[in-house]
Amino acid sequence: MSNSYVRTQMLPPQEAPIGERGAIKWLRDNLFSGPLNSLLTILGLLVVFYLVKLSLPWWLNSVWNANSLGECRDIVAAAGGESGACWAVIKARWHQYIFGFYPQDAYWRPVLAFGLMFVALAPVLYWNDRKGAIMVALTAALTVLSMVLLNTPGTVDLVAIVIMAALFAVAWLMPKKLIFVTLLYPFVAFFLLWGGPVWKGVATLLGFAVIVVVYRLLQSRLGVVVATAAGVVAAAVYWIVLQGYVTGALTAILPIGLPAVSSDQFGGFLLAFIIGVTAIACSLPLGVLLALGRRSDMLLIKTLSVGFIEFVRGVPLITLLFTASLLLQYFLPPQTNFDLILRVIILVTLFSAAYLAEVIRGGLAALPRGQYEAADALGLDYWQAQRLIIMPQALKISIPGIVSTFIGLFKDTTLVSFVGLLDPLRGVTQIVRADINWKGIYWEPYIFVGVIFFLICFGMSRYSMYLERKLKTDHR
Amino acid sequence: MALASEAPKESFRLSMLIYDTRYRSMTIQVVVLILVLLFVGWLADNTIQNLAAKDKDINFGFLWNRAGYDIEQQLIPYTNDSTHGRAAIIGLLNTLVVAFFGCVFATIIGVFVGVLRLSNNWLVSRLMTVYVEAFRNVPLLLWIILVFVVMSETRPQPRDFRVTDEMIASGTEPAAKMWFWDSVAVTNRGTDLPAPVLDRGLGSIDIGSVPVNLSVLLTLAVIVASVLANRALLRRARAIQEETGERPVTWWKSLAILFLPTIALLMALGFHLDYPVFKGFNFQGGISVMHSFTALVIALSLYTGAFIAEIVRAGIMAISRGQSEAAFALGLRPGRTMSLIILPQALRVIIPPLISQYLNLTKNTSLGIAVSYLDLRGTLGGITLNQTGRELECMLLMMLTYLIISLIISSLMNVFNSSVKLKER
Repeated sequence: MSNSYVRTQMLPPQEAPIGERGAIKWLRDNLFSGPLNSLLTILGLLVVFYLVKLSLPWWLNSVWNANSLGECRDIVAAAGGESGACWAVIKARWHQYIFGFYPQDAYWRPVLAFGLMFVALAPVLYWNDRKGAIMVALTAALTVLSMVLLNTPGTVDLVAIVIMAALFAVAWLMPKKLIFVTLLYPFVAFFLLWGGPVWKGVATLLGFAVIVVVYRLLQSRLGVVVATAAGVVAAAVYWIVLQGYVTGALTAILPIGLPAVSSDQFGGFLLAFIIGVTAIACSLPLGVLLALGRRSDMLLIKTLSVGFIEFVRGVPLITLLFTASLLLQYFLPPQTNFDLILRVIILVTLFSAAYLAEVIRGGLAALPRGQYEAADALGLDYWQAQRLIIMPQALKISIPGIVSTFIGLFKDTTLVSFVGLLDPLRGVTQIVRADINWKGIYWEPYIFVGVIFFLICFGMSRYSMYLERKLKTDHR
Repeated sequence: MALASEAPKESFRLSMLIYDTRYRSMTIQVVVLILVLLFVGWLADNTIQNLAAKDKDINFGFLWNRAGYDIEQQLIPYTNDSTHGRAAIIGLLNTLVVAFFGCVFATIIGVFVGVLRLSNNWLVSRLMTVYVEAFRNVPLLLWIILVFVVMSETRPQPRDFRVTDEMIASGTEPAAKMWFWDSVAVTNRGTDLPAPVLDRGLGSIDIGSVPVNLSVLLTLAVIVASVLANRALLRRARAIQEETGERPVTWWKSLAILFLPTIALLMALGFHLDYPVFKGFNFQGGISVMHSFTALVIALSLYTGAFIAEIVRAGIMAISRGQSEAAFALGLRPGRTMSLIILPQALRVIIPPLISQYLNLTKNTSLGIAVSYLDLRGTLGGITLNQTGRELECMLLMMLTYLIISLIISSLMNVFNSSVKLKER
């Protein structure tokens, strides 16, 4: 006989009550946890329902093939819809939105420059070499594909394939060498975009060679500082006095180059990218210098930095752009006439450099004093300490601020339309809406431009989050 | 015993200017000073040469000349016979009005969205995230232009609001209807709103050619007085509570003190609303608000509201959970926890970035150029500049004005910030 009331086996676990599992639990926890929450949920549902009811037919009745807005409306009406999106306008004008009035047969040049940009960015954005190589391969494939789709001449395609294959080989075998591509990229991009004889860029590059040669010659005798200064002065003399002759001589000997494209033909997202990328690349070092200047012990440097930062942050960007287009003619020697895009890039760079300086100053202030003192104790001089100890940490702290300044800068490139440049948002859309065929269209072009801006800016902010996670070294 | 030898006397060498840290900073500053002076001198020389070449001078006299252009939205009297200086002031006031309404609405939207984004309601927090991301990642200019274009191209013409006798007889509806019980009409030209009117107003006095409405002044004074009286009431209530432990009921007294005097004053002055009515070809009566103004305010407040929402969210999240747990342990209800424990601490984190958002909004009002809103940039930096051809003077004045506005806002908000800041000893 045994004590039968003592159970020898575990009972199978009972299922949770219906209200505590599955979708019902989720609904109760997340949507209807209390009277207020239920009310909010219902309100939210109403908003979503209303928006969908308003816009869904419009999206569903989209028309992709038409020659004018009237035709679009006829097609929608024939299909029995009340309203419909007319994406045909984007199909008809996409090239203006992307390239502005850039010559049609030269579209491969901006595309190639854009592709090479990602190759040049690979060593900056990824320090994992394999990832960098994969990115180069992906970029190469996409670039060549879009060049072929844009009806580029076959020889050019072939050259592009060879260049991209070579770059991929470099990225795969010697990833560290890819940094030279980054350094050369500005000249290559300038040459590709604006065209003209190839020797202009080469002759400019020679100036940097002058710096290196002078530095090497003088460094052992005069020391680092004097040698660098002498190198810079020599290069400046070369650039101002000699470069024109060198370019002229080289062009006369071997006239190779691309057809020149003038600045007023640039427009659309091409222009936004040129201004945005150049200004981002130039404003970061300038912002670091300004931030250091603001924290400097030297009274004069500090005053100048503070004055510059506060002035630029106190006025709207538009006034600075108008300065670029209206006032610069007063401040420069008579009869100088330099490119409007370049002027705008300079002003936008100065503008975002002031904001970056404040962001980086915050990062510098957040560093514990011990870091500075440790650097001093190790006997590092000012620049060594900045380069090895302070800046890596300060920049890491300020990544979110830096990236949001960059995003702001990229969004602000739309303001250049006020000084007569053809930005994608206002400039191109104005031209499209002035066309008799597309008069009265408004949602479609703005949605198109807005979505592209959204993708780029959202991508940048996601990248900054990735970077933050990647660089996080504190205890988790 | 050997005497300690004196430190060797170093003779000054030229290279010490660069390599000796005692002199280096002086050297650098002198070099920079020389370079800056050279640069400024170069700019000034160029400017003088260019001005001479164009036969121009620097002269602000044009500010007292007749402007000769009309401004639709004017807060103080202005005709096209007024001076350029007055036009600039009108523009400045227009800038400030947009900035004021923008800041108010952006703060309201931002606080609501920021709090709702933290709600544990899945749907609501997702909706708010979509709003914030959509507005933060798309240029402000797009929102301004889109709102303006949609308002001025989708809304009906004023004549569509016409109701004729035949239509009443046959019972047909007009093509467009006014909203809110026939008080607001949004046409493709503008928004017509009811206007507050006083039957027995006190008139106005001119202070330096700016008319000041005495009735408005009096109303403001009464409102300020009732707020002060309400404060005194609450202070007394607190004193009684601290003495006896029981708080006297104040809510109805507060309500009465806050609202009754103002209502009584307005009744005495004969306050009523003047509704816009369709007459002839357009709406008569009421206030007509231009679409450029409405579009600017809507776009600026939605755009900046998204940024403020993130600031508010970050501020609330920066307060550690221990604070609210401690408050609950003390027996405070959730509402009081929020108002007494969380918000005062969160405000400290929120206010500095909030200031810079207000500054950004104020500077962004200059985008009104896209919808032809005549703000400071549109009058002084736009029409006046083009008419007189005085680029240097106009740009200088405009930049200075923006700079001064920025400095005033940031110093005001800094005073506020230091009053809520953690008092450390």
